[in-house]
Amino acid sequence: MSENLSDHLLLPISKPTKGAGGKTGSWRVFRPVIIEDKCIKCMICWMYCPEAAIEVKSRNEIPRINYDYCKGCLICKEVCPVKAIKSERESE
Amino acid sequence: MERYDVITGNDAAAWGARLSRVEVIAAYPITPQTTIVEKLAEWVDKGEMDARYIAVESEHSAMSATMGASAAGARAFTATASQGFLYMLEMISWAAGARTPIVMAVVNRALGPPWNIWSEHTDALMARDTGWIQFWASNNQEALDSIIQAYRVAEDKRVILPAMVMLEGFVLSHTAMPVKIHDQSKVDQYLPPYNPPHYVLNPKLSEPFAYGNILFPWDYVKVRLAIQKAMENSVDVIKQAAREFQEIFGIWHGDLIKEAYTDDAEVLIFALGTVAEQAEATAELLRKDGYKVGVVKVRVTRPFPKPEIAKLASKVSHVIVIDRDISFGWDGILAGEIKATLHDYKVDTPVTTKIMGIGGDDILPEHIEKAVKEVYNK
Repeated sequence: MSENLSDHLLLPISKPTKGAGGKTGSWRVFRPVIIEDKCIKCMICWMYCPEAAIEVKSRNEIPRINYDYCKGCLICKEVCPVKAIKSERESE
Repeated sequence: MERYDVITGNDAAAWGARLSRVEVIAAYPITPQTTIVEKLAEWVDKGEMDARYIAVESEHSAMSATMGASAAGARAFTATASQGFLYMLEMISWAAGARTPIVMAVVNRALGPPWNIWSEHTDALMARDTGWIQFWASNNQEALDSIIQAYRVAEDKRVILPAMVMLEGFVLSHTAMPVKIHDQSKVDQYLPPYNPPHYVLNPKLSEPFAYGNILFPWDYVKVRLAIQKAMENSVDVIKQAAREFQEIFGIWHGDLIKEAYTDDAEVLIFALGTVAEQAEATAELLRKDGYKVGVVKVRVTRPFPKPEIAKLASKVSHVIVIDRDISFGWDGILAGEIKATLHDYKVDTPVTTKIMGIGGDDILPEHIEKAVKEVYNK
């Protein structure tokens, strides 16, 4: 997105918007999957997700991973204190 | 109160920043840094300057922090020299593209190896192509005054580009001479507070945003051509800034150039900074012996004063360019620019390059006399 103030001052400005880079979920090689029985709803995965692809409706609900935008970095799996997130290889 | 102090070029540059009421200074305080930033640190510490001083871990970070401050809407300043300047170069280029009207003092010093801390112009000339406006001071007063003028030009809504003010290592930076310290109210009259027409990274005023994300070639071209257009606009702005400075302060350092003895000159010498001042003093001596020599101090190298130089060169039989710099495998850097200018304007006056004084080697009147006499004896 660019902002044209005049012909000598042209600035490319990016404003945060959901999915500006397309559905980045297609980049994923490994898919994180929450094991609901083990989840203690501590929200650490939500806090660490660099893509804000983990969604939380309330403290009492198990978080949901938005697979449209999750790039599969698996940071959530690393930080989960009770190993409630596993990874599965995406099919071709 | 207006007064004269006997101060070094470093202190004069610091006074330039102080009188310009800079709000943020970011600097890396180690060799090859100069006492410019030490003086500013002292004033900020004593509460004599209302500014934030950020001590960073490198010149690269100094320019990054300066740029951040400028984008946030502050008037920002930094200073560096030689090796530090080169380390900063990546961010120097970025600052122009980001359209942050920073002013930086550059103490021109030779590049290593061999290690050398004396004067040479090659360092700042390496940034000719970054989109920064380039001023060259020929004495300590001009160093102070050019910093104030540089903010006027950089922040002008027709320009919005960063500007660097060069002063030569030791010859100016460590040499004390009388300098007029202007009355603050006069400077305030000349230089209003910075009021950015573009972005201010203030979350209270605007949505969060980022600058400089990837652009496809067809959009990139437009953004870069806007810098070229701003450079073209800056020519008139520099002339106006110099004129109004003279009206308020009664001092004329030239605008893009400064002429001496050009009216009846047969041979013209072109040079930057103190080299031009030395050439002017030598021309005065040579004229007593009948050599009609004129001197053109090239005060601004970006934007390059092409029509002015072509017009002056067309009226003489020979041009000598003294370069305190060298582009290995090419020529003196200023000489190369002047030769290209003369070709553009179809001026066929012969040009002789003289590379003098690199690494701080003294440029004495006899060196310049010899160059002039060689031309006359051809």
